[in-house]
Amino acid sequence: MAQAMTAARVTKKIIGRESLFILDVRNEDAFQDWKIEGENFKYLNIPYFELLDGVEEILDQLPTDQDVLVVCAKEGSSIFVADMLEEAGRDVSYLSGGMKAWSEHLEPISLGTLNETGTDQGEVVQFVRIGKGCLSYMVISEGEAVLIDATRMTDVYLDYAASRNVTIKHVFDTHLHADHISGGRDIAEKTGATYWLPPKDATDVTFDYAPLEDGSTVQVGDTAIEVRALYSPGHTIGSTSFIVDQRYLLTGDILFIDSIGRPDLAGLAEDWVGDLRDSLYNTYRDLSPELIVLPAHFMIIEELNTDGSVAEKLSILLANNHGLNIDDEATFRKMVTENLPLQPNAYQDIRETNMGKQTPDLETQREMEVGPNRCAVR
Amino acid sequence: MTMIKSDIVLDAKGLACPMPIVRTKKTIKTLEPGQVIEVQATDKGSTADLRAWANSTGNHYLGTIEEGEVLRHYVRKSTGDVTEPAAFAQTVNNATVEAARQDDSITVLDVREQAEYAFAHVPGAINIPLGELETRHAELDSNQTIYVICWTGSRSDMACRQLSDKGYTVHNVVSGMQEWASETTTLVSAK
Repeated sequence: MAQAMTAARVTKKIIGRESLFILDVRNEDAFQDWKIEGENFKYLNIPYFELLDGVEEILDQLPTDQDVLVVCAKEGSSIFVADMLEEAGRDVSYLSGGMKAWSEHLEPISLGTLNETGTDQGEVVQFVRIGKGCLSYMVISEGEAVLIDATRMTDVYLDYAASRNVTIKHVFDTHLHADHISGGRDIAEKTGATYWLPPKDATDVTFDYAPLEDGSTVQVGDTAIEVRALYSPGHTIGSTSFIVDQRYLLTGDILFIDSIGRPDLAGLAEDWVGDLRDSLYNTYRDLSPELIVLPAHFMIIEELNTDGSVAEKLSILLANNHGLNIDDEATFRKMVTENLPLQPNAYQDIRETNMGKQTPDLETQREMEVGPNRCAVR
Repeated sequence: MTMIKSDIVLDAKGLACPMPIVRTKKTIKTLEPGQVIEVQATDKGSTADLRAWANSTGNHYLGTIEEGEVLRHYVRKSTGDVTEPAAFAQTVNNATVEAARQDDSITVLDVREQAEYAFAHVPGAINIPLGELETRHAELDSNQTIYVICWTGSRSDMACRQLSDKGYTVHNVVSGMQEWASETTTLVSAK
């Protein structure tokens, strides 16, 4: 019997830049659209239904000197193929839970302690949703925690908070997300925390929330770990950034490491492109270049630092990020409104779910979130 | 809701991938070429997989109807690579059929299986499957010019020969629905 490999183990291989050979047995379309990315990963895509009569024909395409992982959508077909490969004398694993589990895996990575004078050092933890490229954050200090851009895998945050013995007091969404379903409201309900949303993104929501305005601040713990909101529209009209402890700049979907946010997912690219430019070229440039940028997404695996985190100094992005270095406004406008990449899967349904207008069951939520985030334009 | 006719129904409800395809592959072996299988499944991934599997095996994926949790997929078994040379001399192309849609003297007869017709057909076309033509041809108006259409022009070629022998004025449509790019009518709310 073939062995299962967990999404957590595959994540370790990605972060460690290890090699892995992936036999992806999903449809060619699904593979082209979205796959497990690793710097030293190699791939073979043969749909499982081509292998129902046996695997002999592909044996010579599979290496014997490195780990082989069979991947499918939900695990069933990968076990089917992996078992046939085992019978043929090959030592292979299959991805436990398939791409569904891959999409849901969150890897918590500590970004280090905060500049705090109290006995209990504060900390920012980045939750890397490695399969989909979504990043969420927990700011911890003195037994309290604040969550930003939490995904629907709410147990991960709740369990993590419990393991760190902290109480979640505030939950923020930087904007109304279009690529993934927010877990913010759910976590706030379960913990009694306050759920904050930018009111300009929340005009159609069906629930109560605390309005997140420019300059809103919350304290985490008794000492002064401050989380301050900074209005930075452009990806959406309400998009808001956060400055944490004068040290970190959480940019949401406005600024990424190697790309910038796209302004079109709520259908108003032409209207919002000016806001996007203003946020990137004025608002952020007025901040300390020493701030460390923590975005809400990564797009390519090369954006991961050696510890798996996604973070870079603002000064470096101001120098190197192409989207921050287009002097001509017309050129900028053209770049972010034309030749945009595909939109995220089911993004309209996802937006409506985040507004509370749709309440899909878990299986439907998973289907809606299939694929990469696609929130950037490069 | 129109009932879709099939020659066999496979119950793959509750089965996870890869079993719906494994069962379909096994079951379709029992069918004659050109017959239609209905595969009932609850695995949402089965739609894309069945379509891709059919394409890679030469079978023809017709479509899927979603009824609550159940997906009803329809696939017509491959008729093999045997493409008989078209024997019937009178042919028209798809553009002629499209142009003649408003012409009252012309009937478009679709001789594909009912399941194929149900998912997409030329607006206004009537359906008598090739296998039923012998017993049902009297439903046709012998005063009309009849354009006979199928998927590739092969079944309609045979139908033309049958109908011509009985005195109907017929033309074979080449190359048929496979190449039909204009508007179609559907009898199902397919997803």
